[in-house]
Amino acid sequence: MTAALVQATYLTRRALDRAIRQPGHIFFALVFPMVFLFVVSGGLDRAAHLPGFPADSFLAFALAIPFVHGGLFVAINAAVELGRDIETGFLNRLALTPARSVPLVLGHLLAAAALGVGQALVYLGVGTLAGVRLESGLLGVPVILALAALASLAFGSLGTAIALRTGNSESVQGLFPVFFVALFLSSMVMPRHLIEADWFRAIATLNPVSYLIEGLRSLVIAGWDGQALALAFGCGTALVAAALAASAAAFGERMTRT
Amino acid sequence: MSGAGVVSVARGVAWRGIHNAFTNPALLVPALMFPMIFFVGFAGGVARIRQVPGFDYPPGYEAFQFAFVLLQSAAMGGVFTGFGIARDFEHGFARRLMLAAPRRSGIVLGYAAATMVRWLFVISVVFVVGLVLGMQVFGGPVDLLGLLVLALFVNFAGALWATGVAMRVRSTQAGPFMQLPIFLLLFLAPVFVPFQLLEGWLRSVATLNPFTPLLEAARSLLAGAPTGVGVAFLAVAGLVVALSLWALTGLRSAERAG
Repeated sequence: MTAALVQATYLTRRALDRAIRQPGHIFFALVFPMVFLFVVSGGLDRAAHLPGFPADSFLAFALAIPFVHGGLFVAINAAVELGRDIETGFLNRLALTPARSVPLVLGHLLAAAALGVGQALVYLGVGTLAGVRLESGLLGVPVILALAALASLAFGSLGTAIALRTGNSESVQGLFPVFFVALFLSSMVMPRHLIEADWFRAIATLNPVSYLIEGLRSLVIAGWDGQALALAFGCGTALVAAALAASAAAFGERMTRT
Repeated sequence: MSGAGVVSVARGVAWRGIHNAFTNPALLVPALMFPMIFFVGFAGGVARIRQVPGFDYPPGYEAFQFAFVLLQSAAMGGVFTGFGIARDFEHGFARRLMLAAPRRSGIVLGYAAATMVRWLFVISVVFVVGLVLGMQVFGGPVDLLGLLVLALFVNFAGALWATGVAMRVRSTQAGPFMQLPIFLLLFLAPVFVPFQLLEGWLRSVATLNPFTPLLEAARSLLAGAPTGVGVAFLAVAGLVVALSLWALTGLRSAERAG
């Protein structure tokens, strides 16, 4: 167990080093969600005047988006790196050493979570500079960071399952539009009770990403909403558990084939 | 003779691009999915914004968003060309192509032509989805033809921009630098509400953004009440001229690099 933890620590550091050596990826994952936040909140500023809108400022309402959006980017990058480790034979070489291969998968996921937290700190700082105040106060910050890490882990675990199943990075990159669909067909830019189209509201209600966003949003605009937080942590954890189970199955199959 | 050389090179490159696009789902699916996500996500999720006082667009919010998605997909479809060129450089194909082509400007034209064909397919699918979701089109055949030609110019401009970047950097690492400026241009415009309802910094930026008159003209054509169409065509023609120089100097840069 201790050996596995030491191996996971080394492999997390390796994954972080590799991520940092690709500044283009880090820059895009960090900047794109912020740009999206500002253009969407600028364009939809008037929505805050709609009757029943839960916040006075659309920027505060939308601040939850980059935590999940950024998590999506780092998760895809982490899964692509795992795909490359499979393509280049690193996973197979690792299987020939005393090191266990499970820490490799964990290393990529923990690195994604760490990058997700780092990005979340930047988004929080930028949001504060733009005038957003957290209704949950300073105590809300660690909870936001935990949810941001959970979002990165959830998307990352799904990407890992695909990488292990297919064994190539291109298939993982193909996941990006799918994750993007999940983000867009959620309550990302409008509270569910204000979504006009019944079909869209139904999809957003079934979509776990809605609950991740609503949990994060509640800490920014509402304070401490136990139900929203329970749903966010519940959905995030369920996604991680399901994806890790799929990863474990795919991993076993891959090692048997090897 | 030289004109014939350009056409024959362009035809060959275009045929290869079209063949690759329609036989490789990894290339076609993202090109199709992103406009679809934007259209469904915005038209379905944000439609309530039309209840804001002063929002007046008779064909409805689906058509309002379709005009944006039409131009967005045209511009971003052009950017996908750059990805293909950068990939061709990484695999060494582009260099062999430049050695073989008697008139190298035909290479740029060929890539752009393939992009147009792929975009026409993409937008046809999105248009049908729009009609299924209840989009109303008030414009007549002449308006729609004008809209299509305007979007084709935008597509060509996007392809020229991305070609210029790809020919200079010759690596897929340049992807974010192809996408981000176009993304900013697209979203720093009246995407969610008409221009007169924009407030604050976004209104100031949208006033200067060359994409704003294009978007407003596209919406007016879709509504059957053309306004500002001449200005839009002038703006896009200016973009095409400037970006042609950008793409051709990029080609010269690639030639010098050998």
